[in-house]
Amino acid sequence: MGKRGIETLVGAFVLLGFLAIVFLALKAANLASFTTGDTYRVTARFDNIGGLKVRAPVKSAGVTVGRVVSISLDTKTYQGLVTLELERRFEFPKDTSAKILTAGLLGDQYLGLEPGGDDKMLADGETIKMTQSAVVLENLIGQFLYNKAAESGDAKK
Amino acid sequence: MRLLDFVQRLGSISLQILRALGHHATFFAELMKSLPSALRRFFLVVAQIHAIGNYSLVIIVASGMAVGFVLGLQGYYTLSRYGAAESLGLLVALSLVRELGPVVTALLYAGRAGTSLTAEIGLMKAGEQLAAMEMMAVDPKQRVLAPRFVGGIIVMPLLAAMFSAVGIFGGYIVGVLLIGIDAGQFWSQMQNGVHVFDDVGNGIVKSFVFGVACTFVALYQGYEAQATPEGVAQATTRTVVISSLAILLLDFVLTALMFSSL
Repeated sequence: MGKRGIETLVGAFVLLGFLAIVFLALKAANLASFTTGDTYRVTARFDNIGGLKVRAPVKSAGVTVGRVVSISLDTKTYQGLVTLELERRFEFPKDTSAKILTAGLLGDQYLGLEPGGDDKMLADGETIKMTQSAVVLENLIGQFLYNKAAESGDAKK
Repeated sequence: MRLLDFVQRLGSISLQILRALGHHATFFAELMKSLPSALRRFFLVVAQIHAIGNYSLVIIVASGMAVGFVLGLQGYYTLSRYGAAESLGLLVALSLVRELGPVVTALLYAGRAGTSLTAEIGLMKAGEQLAAMEMMAVDPKQRVLAPRFVGGIIVMPLLAAMFSAVGIFGGYIVGVLLIGIDAGQFWSQMQNGVHVFDDVGNGIVKSFVFGVACTFVALYQGYEAQATPEGVAQATTRTVVISSLAILLLDFVLTALMFSSL
């Protein structure tokens, strides 16, 4: 095989390799939907963040508008301090409320934003005031059992 | 007296290990010094990529496909118990991109390409071709070793990426086409869970490290082989053993460094 033949084969090999990397980046890891555009950050405090993780999606009306970039504990109020990165093209009113929701019954948790009615919009570095914590399954079951017990107690009277 | 013998043996073994380490290190340094000359005559590298890469393609693609099939079947079996069969895409992609792709590719590479490098260089040494080159004032490290080293480093990440890509395709064939998981769920779960730099990028970094380690071991064993048929045979065996152990050990270290915080 001549020099040209070998070079062509090697070129094909390298091309295949790069195609594989592009496939992994685009099809398996979804580089395309990565938010590289303009973003702004807002924070929110939650009494309980449940199983929320860094990189969890932030959704409004089910549409992904940003991601959770960091989670830490505010040692003054002992609340979970969540920082969100939202895309610049999605603006939300100042009285927007944030909820931690679960996809499906046992799925991953994400952050839902419900816009309020304020004329002013949230700006970079501001805080979402109204928050609703994650639903903790154990508390829910405990409450349910407690109510059931109270009901049956009432029925006996 | 026996205690003294023991202490002497311990000292001798320690010195041997140190000597071997030092020898490896100086060999590595000399190899690094001869790399620029390999890049100047790039066709030598291209020829090596052809010898190492193109001929490894079949075994990599076949193994990737087989691993993807098995991951698909076995993953479905476990996940369906928890009603999470749709996560199969995520399981297949993460296992391949993070661990199986780089590691299995490197193990196959050590068996398929590393041995051939060792045997080739060992026989060159046994046939006194390397000595002849030195007589002609051609540095065999520059002419023989450096192009193979560069070739091996270029080839490994590409092979690992192909392995992972083919494996994911294999998982798709089993999961979606045979078992009947929803194709949209399969891909979207995968895309939500696999991170470009943390997962795919670290996988490529891993296979790059394995490429350096495997190729270096193969070249070192070939170059330092005893110039006899038995010597070359032993060197080839050592290449496979040392490369495999190095890959598994390095993989543990790299995984601990890369993914432990997640």
